[in-house]
Formats: sequence, C-alpha cells, structure tokens
Amino acid sequence: MAEASTRETYGRTLVELGRQNRDIIVLDADLSPSTMTSFFAREFPERFLDCGLQEQNMISIAAGLAASGKTVFVSTFAVFVACRCFDQLRLCLSQPNLNVKIVATHGGISVGEDGISHQAIEDLALCCALPNFTVVVPADAVETAEAARAAAGTHGPFYIRLSRPRTPIVYPEGYRFTLGKAVTMRQGKDVTVMATGIMVATALEAADILARQDIDCRVINIHTIKPLDEGAIVRAASETGAIVVAEEHLAQGGLGSRVAQTLAREKPVPMEFVNLGDRYAMSGKAEELLQRYGLTAGHIEESVKSAVKRK
Amino acid sequence: MPKNTPLQNTSPGNKFNLSTAELKEMARKLRRHTITMIARAGSGHPGGSLSAADIITALYFRILRHDPDNPQWSDRDRFILSKGHAAPILYAALAEAGYFPVAELQTLRKMDSRLQGHTDRTLTPGVEMSAGSLGMGLSFAIGVALAARLDSRTYRTYALLGDGECEEGQTWEAALAAAHFKLDNLTAMVDCNGIQLSGRTCDIMNLEPLIQKWQAFGWHVIDIDGHNFDELLAAFPQAEKTKGRPTVIMARTIKGKGVSFMENNVAFHGKAPTPEEAERALKELE
Repeated sequence: MAEASTRETYGRTLVELGRQNRDIIVLDADLSPSTMTSFFAREFPERFLDCGLQEQNMISIAAGLAASGKTVFVSTFAVFVACRCFDQLRLCLSQPNLNVKIVATHGGISVGEDGISHQAIEDLALCCALPNFTVVVPADAVETAEAARAAAGTHGPFYIRLSRPRTPIVYPEGYRFTLGKAVTMRQGKDVTVMATGIMVATALEAADILARQDIDCRVINIHTIKPLDEGAIVRAASETGAIVVAEEHLAQGGLGSRVAQTLAREKPVPMEFVNLGDRYAMSGKAEELLQRYGLTAGHIEESVKSAVKRK
Repeated sequence: MPKNTPLQNTSPGNKFNLSTAELKEMARKLRRHTITMIARAGSGHPGGSLSAADIITALYFRILRHDPDNPQWSDRDRFILSKGHAAPILYAALAEAGYFPVAELQTLRKMDSRLQGHTDRTLTPGVEMSAGSLGMGLSFAIGVALAARLDSRTYRTYALLGDGECEEGQTWEAALAAAHFKLDNLTAMVDCNGIQLSGRTCDIMNLEPLIQKWQAFGWHVIDIDGHNFDELLAAFPQAEKTKGRPTVIMARTIKGKGVSFMENNVAFHGKAPTPEEAERALKELE
C-alpha cells in the first residue's frame, strides 16, 4: 500500500482552510515543525500563535479566542494536550462548547523511540469522556484532510488524533467523509472487525489473510469515535454475529469500550478486543512495538478466530 | 502575530458613570446582596466576594464600556472573573446593572438557577467565562485580548485573579505570555486579601515578593488600596495609557471587608453565614 503522512496532509489542509476562512487561528506549543502547523505559520503569520511550552495556557487562550468568534485549531503532541490539559479541556472547552479544534499528532505507541512519555494511549478515553466533544481518528492522509475540513465547518470542540509515522493510504483520492458515519471498507458475512486510525489498514491486511482461510471478514472504519455510529455497529453485529474491535489504545475507555457498551444494550454478540491492554509500552521502532504489544494483522487474525468460534 | 498597534477606545463610556459617593453606596448594596444570597443558598464563599466588591463596583459602574441590554455587544469591554468562587459579587453587580432581575439573585446555587455556584458562561447573561478551577482566567483573557487585536477592535479586557490563585502555575504561564505578546489592551487585577481556604497565603504558599514577580515577568504594576475608590479610579486609566505591555493592578484588600466578624477571618473563605450571622452582617452594612 502507498503511504503518506497524516501530519503533513493536516498541515497543508490547514493552509487551504486558512485561505477560505479568515477567522481561523492556529495555536501550537513549540512543535509546529513536527505537527506541521508550520505551513500555516509561514503563510499566515498574523493568525499563527506559538504559545511556547505552555500547553495549559494554550488551551485556555484558545477558549478566549473562540469565545470572541474565532475558529481555533490547536496542535501539539497528543499526550501534551489530552493528558496534560484535561481540566482545561473540561472547563474551558467542553462545558462551554467552544469552537476549538484540537488536532493532536503523535498518538499511540507508533510514536516509537521517544517512549512512554510521548505515547498517548489514554487520549481517546479522556476525550470521549468530555461532553460536547467530537472525537475523530482518521485512518489515513486522505481521511485526515476530510476530517480537518469537517471540523472547521462544524461548531464545537473536536479532538482529532493523528500519528507520527507515514501511514498506508486506504482511501482513493476523492473520498468524501461524513462525520459520525462509519465506513464499510470491505464486505464480509462471518465476522466484523471494527478499527480506527492506523488499525484500519492492519484490519484490511488481516481480512486478506483470513479470506485465504475461508473466513469472510467485514472491515468497518470507525473514524468518529464520538458520537458513535451505533446503527452501523448494530447492523454489523446482526449481520455477521461476531465483532472484533482494534485500536492503538489502552483496553479501557476507547473504541472497544464504546462499541461494547452499544452492543451490550442493542445486540450482544461474541466480541474480542485488539488493543494495548492495561500497560505502558517502551522505546522501539514503531513496527517492533506494534508487534510486541499485540497490534498486528496476526493479532487481529487470532482474535477473529476466537470470536468466530464463540458464535 | 502582528506587531502591536496602538488602540484607541472610541466607544462611549460607562453608561452608569457613578460618582465616588454613589459607588460607595453601590458597593454597600452589592455586599448586602452577597450576604443575603449566600445565606439563603446555605453555602458559598463570602470572604472573597466582599474583598472584591469595590473593584467590581468600580468596573461595572464607572469603568467598563458595557450594555446590559446587549450582553453580546461585540465592542463591549470584557470582564473575566478568574477567581470564580467570587461569583456572588459578580452576580450582584450584573443584576444591579440590569443584566437580569435583582430578585433572581436569591436563586443562587439552587437547582435550575442561572446563577451557578461558580460562573457559567452558558447560563448567565454578562458572564464571559466558565470558571472555578483556578488559574485559567488570565489565559482565557489573553485569548479575548488577542482577538481584539486581530480584529482591530478597541475593547479592553480585564481579568480578576485572587492572590491565592497566583499559586497556580498556569497563572505564571499566562503572565509570561501576556507580556511576550505585549498585550497592553489587557489589565489584570489581583485581589490581594492575603487569605486562602485553609490559612494565610504567606503560610500556605508564600507568594512574596509578588510585585517584583509581576515586574520580572514584564508587567506594569500599579499597587493600590483595593477599597479606595479614588485609587481604583485612577488606576484603570493609568493601565489604559500604558503601551507595549500589560498592566496588573495589585489591589490590597481585606478578606470579608465590610462585615467585622468576617474580616481577615479564614473561616469565611468558603462558609455561608448562619441566619443570625447574616442578620448581624446586614446590620453592619446598613
């Protein structure tokens, strides 16, 4: 599969959005060369604000700008916003429902060598806990651009999680994204893998492997974790009878928890979960970490077989 | 961000424009509301409302360009109450200014009231920020002041902090940033009442030398008696005239000011007066 950087695509999309809307302001915390808000900074220096290493201050400043009519994009690494600034997210953005779009890069363990201080693996649980927030994890660069455009055009606080490494392209150019609508990436009748972020490409790879073993695996990309496309989830459970949820996140509070909560109420079926469990990772190459911590096509394959066996 | 451009505020002045004698009378009235509201609610923070009463009275009835009939007026001066636990004194000022009926003050902290225990910008006309978790208000005010500069608007932004609140790290992040961004359209005020929830600030977490700290962070500092209207009314224009850097007004105040048994009394940081105490307090404020 071809690969592209979700961060770079975000940076370029931000410039495009900045040209269309003069009320878009971008804040960063000394990481613009990494989050790629640097493109925007170069084109619109008067609308770019480097807040230095003051993430909490940055979130509250964003709230003040949004309360004064601005559409504010805020970028830094996922850990430094979701984890470090939770009280500011809660009181400054979530409760007052302000128009601030957090686009956090370097989500998950695929950050790699920087190690646990830089690997956000609790961020989805934290941000999904916040009322009014929309939480999106794009599967690739194409979807990243679409998600940023959707966020700019939709009122309210957003958390969009991107990755550090280049990620496989799973969508053709021209793909149109609908916020809150899950996407069936591959049809199948025996079992459904629901994945988000970089795990969508991994799930598609697993489905290929399973097809060779006569297991017909449906793959659904749940790019919007909150609000959840409950209809698509219940339909998949009804039609395929078994669900596997794959995410680059801890076991608790992320996509798996949210899908399970929906299905427990609407359509209980056998479920398995591919995630990081209840532990921190370590430094290493992204591929090595994904292998060690159970986030490969092989791990999805095993979980699919367990789920199908329990039908 | 663009280079700092000098801003001239050409909007009409404060529509109340009370005299010093009238301000004193208004402050007394707001203190009475504070006691009544908190006593009726059965909980709340009288001490920090009473210490801030004169600052808030001066702002709403003499300094701020605001329109109670149009709380969202885009050129209004913004007042951000960072020390959100002083919500009662702000509510009292907003009600007396006409943002909502004075009778509504008695719903403070009750179910379905627009007057929450700490300020909520989604509910109360005239309230700019949801606050109550300390340390966030000055940062929020920076965002509001930056928006004014971006849009070439002439409104000014005021943020009221507690001195205890200056123990929060975020306050100093904001202090650094406001000076770095040269926000001369922003005025911070510190209600220096010397007392926080569990004791004197100098015993809990010493802040001194506080003036030198703000100066070292790049701020213009004005040190005044926060209960003296002449000093208050002189400080705000001085802040407005100061260009190229933000101003902080260090307002020396007395916690619980105006009620003898609440003055400098730690117990009344976050405790409602009993009905008997409220009666005594109101008598003193007659």
